[in-house]
Amino acid sequence: MSPTIMLDVVLLALVIIAGIAAIEVRSLFAAVMLASIYSLLMACFWTTMDAVDVAYTEAAVGAGISTILLMGALVLTGETEIVRRAVHWPALGACMLVGALLVYGTLDMPKFGDENAPAHVHPIYAGYTQQDVRKHPGGKSHGDNVRAEQAAEHSEPEAHDETAHGHGDYFHGHVPNQVTSIIVSYRAFDTLFETAVIFTAGMGLIVLLRGRRGNPLKGGLL
Amino acid sequence: MKDNPIMRLAVRWNIPFMLIFALYTQTHGELGPGGGFQSGVIVAAAFVLYGLVFGGAEMRRVVPRWFTDLLGAVGVLIYAGAGVYAMAMGYEFLDHAALMPSNPGGAEPWGMTVVEYGVGITVFGVMMTIFNEITEGTNPEDNEPTDDSADTEYGS
Repeated sequence: MSPTIMLDVVLLALVIIAGIAAIEVRSLFAAVMLASIYSLLMACFWTTMDAVDVAYTEAAVGAGISTILLMGALVLTGETEIVRRAVHWPALGACMLVGALLVYGTLDMPKFGDENAPAHVHPIYAGYTQQDVRKHPGGKSHGDNVRAEQAAEHSEPEAHDETAHGHGDYFHGHVPNQVTSIIVSYRAFDTLFETAVIFTAGMGLIVLLRGRRGNPLKGGLL
Repeated sequence: MKDNPIMRLAVRWNIPFMLIFALYTQTHGELGPGGGFQSGVIVAAAFVLYGLVFGGAEMRRVVPRWFTDLLGAVGVLIYAGAGVYAMAMGYEFLDHAALMPSNPGGAEPWGMTVVEYGVGITVFGVMMTIFNEITEGTNPEDNEPTDDSADTEYGS
């Protein structure tokens, strides 16, 4: 067994333990902390899967701000959970069914790290990795730069063009982080409206909650 | 939690590092992992941590409500403004090449930086708003005159 797999097994076992403990523990403060530990372990797991951006978000949002917000919410609630131990069989059945469906869905997916996965063998992949997408019609693509470099090597060495050093118009610009490049350049519309959704959530809170606690008829716009 | 010296000291020592780290995340969004969203969340976490320990009123003295409300809108405007600027320069909406027409590929990082600042500012403002509105009135100590002053702040 390779060290990576062993690390994954250990991390996922800890994730399961943290998840079960967060459900079972009666102190709400401990439950919040366990949920935070769960997020941090998941962030470690994403890191071993090379999804660093996802790990970063998980650590900042899951282990950071949501823990702090839940602790703020604990001020509103009591310290311990009201225990009701009866098993709700329809809910348990629904959870098992959805879980089984999800596991069934993963059976079709390629194995982790499989080099023959569709994401690696599809023809479009070559174009993306060579960054030969012509986003700006007038500019030079990365392929043009490589060809210019090769031509420069065969002719006299002084004839180096600026564009031969990677200043051309390949799709990702000069951005090493492809995730950022896809999120805010390739899918900039998408991200603009995601930002608008966050903004709308804040405005909704202000309209619904501001100045109304304790006196539902006062404050707010409604 | 205000009277607990350990909490006070831990929070005071942690907040500068959190803010520096958030700044690093923001300015290196296009170079490494992270970006505007994560940066905004970390800044908000730093201030909310301050609010949890020192009280909501103290936090709102440092970062007033009207300021975070404003930031939520300013971020979206920066983001959309980058798009409108590109249109005004004769490019497509949100085509970052408009920032440096002579070198479209080199303009991409600049456009991404502007857009990331927009995202970060909005996320910071909205996260602070979430904390403010969730915990409003829960602590009798910080019973600042929210009900009426909130309206007059907007009226002025």
